[in-house]
Formats: sequence, C-alpha cells, structure tokens
Amino acid sequence: MSAFDITTALDDSAVKRLEAAIAPDWRLRALRWAYGLGFMAFMIYAAYVSEVLSPKLFIGLPKLGDALWLMLQPSGFNYLPEFLWALCETIAMAFLGTLLGAIVALFLAIFCARTTFPLAAFRFGFRRFADGLRTFDHLIWALVFVRAIGLGPLAGILAIALVDAGTLAKLYSEAIDNSDPKPVEGVRASGGSWLDGLRIGLLPQVLPNILSSTLYMWESNTRSATILGIVGAGGIGYQLADRLRVYEFGQASLMIIMIIAAVYLIDMLSGWLRRMLIGRTSR
Amino acid sequence: MAIMNSGITILSQPETRAAALAVFDKTSQAHAQSYFRKASLGIIAFAAAVAVATHVSQFDLARLITGLPRIGDFLSGMVPKLTADNLWADLVYWYWGLDKWLYLLWTTLMMALFGTVAGTTLGAIFSLFAARNLGAPPWAVFFVKRMLEIARTVPDLVFALVFLFAFGLGPLAGVLAIALHTLGAQGKLFAEVNENVDMRPLEGVRACGGSWLDEMTVGLLPQVLPNYISYTFWRFEINVRSATIIGFVGAGGIGMELYEAISLSYFDDAGAILLLVFITVMLIDIASEALRTKISNVRAVT
Repeated sequence: MSAFDITTALDDSAVKRLEAAIAPDWRLRALRWAYGLGFMAFMIYAAYVSEVLSPKLFIGLPKLGDALWLMLQPSGFNYLPEFLWALCETIAMAFLGTLLGAIVALFLAIFCARTTFPLAAFRFGFRRFADGLRTFDHLIWALVFVRAIGLGPLAGILAIALVDAGTLAKLYSEAIDNSDPKPVEGVRASGGSWLDGLRIGLLPQVLPNILSSTLYMWESNTRSATILGIVGAGGIGYQLADRLRVYEFGQASLMIIMIIAAVYLIDMLSGWLRRMLIGRTSR
Repeated sequence: MAIMNSGITILSQPETRAAALAVFDKTSQAHAQSYFRKASLGIIAFAAAVAVATHVSQFDLARLITGLPRIGDFLSGMVPKLTADNLWADLVYWYWGLDKWLYLLWTTLMMALFGTVAGTTLGAIFSLFAARNLGAPPWAVFFVKRMLEIARTVPDLVFALVFLFAFGLGPLAGVLAIALHTLGAQGKLFAEVNENVDMRPLEGVRACGGSWLDEMTVGLLPQVLPNYISYTFWRFEINVRSATIIGFVGAGGIGMELYEAISLSYFDDAGAILLLVFITVMLIDIASEALRTKISNVRAVT
C-alpha cells in the first residue's frame, strides 16, 4: 500500500474549486469597508454637531484638570449635617415615590394584562398610557410639578411615582401575562369572585416577581432622586447643583462621595430584603 | 421507608399517638408564632419607614390635593385650541418654532449617538481590564472596577455641571457627560459578559502562538459581540432620554428650550416640544428594538 498522496486524490478542477472556496470574497469585503467608512463618516458628523471637534475641547482641558484637582480634596465638612439631611430627604423621596408608583401600577397592570383584562381595545389604550408615562424622564415631570405645586420634595415624589407607575405597570403586567391561568380558573369554578381569583389564584404566582421588580426600581430611583433637586424638587441634588454652579468643587465632591455611599447602602439593603422576602414566598 | 413505617406504627398505637399529635401541635404552633412574629415585625418596620419618610420629605396630602387642579391646568394648557375647520393653521401657529426645535432635536440625537458610541468603545476596552479571567492583574481589576462604579453611580447631569465649568455652555459638556456615564455602565456590563465566556477558544489562540491582542479579537470578540450589540442598542435608547434632559443645565440639545418653556410658563411651547420628544423617543425605541432583535438573533445563529 502506497502512502496517501494528495495530488493523486485531487484533479485540477477540484483544486480550482477548493481555491475558489477559500479565496477572499472581494465584493463582501468592499461592502464591509463601505459600511465601516460610512459609519465612521457619520460618527465624525455626529462629533461635529455635538461640538466635540472644536477648539473648545482643548481650551477647556486645563480647566477640567483644575476642577478634578479640587474634587480630589473634599471640603466643607462643617456643612455635613445639612448635606446629611438633604441626603435623607432624597432617600425618603425615592422610597415614597416607589411606594406610590407601585400602588398605582398594581391597579394599572390589571388593566394592561391579557389574562386579567379581556377587552383588547381598552387594554391597548391602557398600555399606551403606561408607555406614555415612561417616555419622559423623571426630571421633566419634576420640572412640571415644581411649576404646578411649588418647590420641594413633593414634586420629586410625584415625578418618581408617575414614571414608576408606567414602568412597573409594564413589568407587573408582563408577570401577570406569564402566569398560569389555571389556578384562577379553579378559584372561579369553585364559586370564587373575580377578586378572589386575583387574590388566591394569581397573587401567589406573581408576588415574587412583583417584589423583585419593585425592589429593583427602588434602587434605580434612589440614583435618579439624587439629581431631581437640580430643578428644585428637593433632596441633595439642590445642594449639589448649587455648589457646582458657584464652582465649589470640594463641597460637591463631598456630596458625591455621600451619594455613592448611600446608593451602595440602599443596594445592599435591597439585596437583603430580596433574599428575605422572596426566599420566603418561594418556599 | 423505615421512618415512614415507624411513623405509621406510632400513629396506629393509641398511647403513642396522643404524644405524637401533641408534639405536632406544639411544633406547628411554634412555627405559626415565629411566622406571625416575623410578619408583624416586618409590617411594623415598614410602617415606621413610611412614617419617617413622610416626615422627612414633608409629604403633605392637603398640599397635594390643592395642587392637583393646577397640574390639570398646566397639562391642559399644553395643548392650545385646535379647531376642526382651521386645523392646519392652528397647528402651524402651535408649532411656530418647528425648524429650530427639529434642529435641536437632531442635535440631541447626535449627542446621544456620539456619546453612546464613544462611551461604549472606551467601555469595551476598559471591560477587558475589569474582567478577572483575561489576564489583568487582580489589583488592576479591582481599581478599574471601582473607577467604572464611580462613573456609573454619578448621574450624567452632575458630570455635565462639572464639564460646563471647563467647556462652557453647549453640547460638548453634555456629550462628554453622556459618554462618561455610558463608559461606566457599559464597562461593568461588558466585564460581566467577558467573565462568562468559554475560555477554550482563547487558549486555542494562545496555543497557536497568538498574542494577547489576537486572543481578544479572535477568541473573545466573536463570543461577546451579540451581547455587546444588544446592550449598546439598549444604552442608546437610555441615552436619547438622557440627552433630552441634559440641556436643563445648559449642556446642549432640546432640553435647554424645554426648560425655558416650562419655567417661563410658555405652556403651549412646552406641550409642542414634549410631543415632538415623545414621538422621537417612541420611533427610536421601535427602530432600536427591531434592529437589536434582528442583529443579535442573526449573530447568535451564525
């Protein structure tokens, strides 16, 4: 038996086919390059429109260095009680806003979910309404509420509650849609009312999901609430924007450190609550 | 089985049965009591938290109720009188500043786009050093992770205020703030993706004599790209919303105009701009979601 020889196994046409198969596809490459260059050109245009490609960038860099240098030296420790109170206000705003939003969202979600609300046309309307609440940032609502009911944390609470009602209604209704309809049918079949069906058949299924997304929104809202004060809606954002506008970078940096610590603590608390509550309900 | 059999014998004998039932009653009662204690403790803690939060934030139901009609006035003032027979002229009158607003909206979108792409590119590079499995020394991983955490936790508006000091009013401060915040958020998410990859392709590249860069481009990138792309589209949707409000502090885009309209009580202008923003955000969301599912599905299959 002679050794296997590749030249005898392949005739000329087969070699050509092989070469053609591994040859680079120039048209595809050209197309990729064209896409890539087009994207780059568009990005350069975007950079130009957003003033990134302007002398302002280089003129400003030394000043940015100054600001960062000042921020490395937190100061204003004699204002600490004032800052702490403002931070507590922020945390309270996020807590109450999430709570109010969650209560509204529970009712809204029932009308947004397929399994609990069979009228398709109205359901569509309720869903778009929830989407509409979500579309605008907290800050826009906060500004509207500050104009309508005055400065202070109440405007911030309402802004958080409104956006949350939209977001949580969507998350809750998805949880409801993903639940098993059979327990509800069972409750109705044994003579329970519509409300009994929700309470006994549906709630135990969706509660872990609802709690989990509510806790997540609470964490997220604590971050958002730190800046609502910029438009006058209470909390530490007011102090922070105030100090930054008069270039007190040391004090601003102290507040930023406090915000980071507070967000970290709330995240930990929320994680602990999640383990406590959801560990128990799922058992 | 043995335990079950012995359980049945215990319950079938009248003298042992009473004792067993007594033990059962006692333990179930203890369980119920401990559950009741925990639940009531939780409810008390929750009620206390609500009370403290209400006090700290000066939540006032009376003020809320007296304020509600004014919110209604405000919202109804946002849409001017539109008459059916003169609809076009009314709309033209309402949208008197359409050219200016559309231009500002376009700037806003470009800010979101550049901020997303720049932040994501840098975030992807940083994420290589924030992942524990890609050869970066542990101290560097720790350091990079903390930096990304700071960039993510500080809101972009705060960055914008700092950049305003350095670069003055205009979109530059806003776009840099968005890019920096995006860098932190993407860096963290991408690092998590990097830590979950299959290490064998990377080892294979190294075994063939590839450099560290080859490992990243040939071994890592094809695995993580679908996730990167889907996170990037999602971040773009978030950044469009951020870019609309970053102008509130003077950092460019439609936000400056919106802030002025609301705070100077030009209700119909505010309504017109809000409607434009609403439509834009909706369209971007729909387009981005369609592209995201299409691209990441295609990549996931090949």
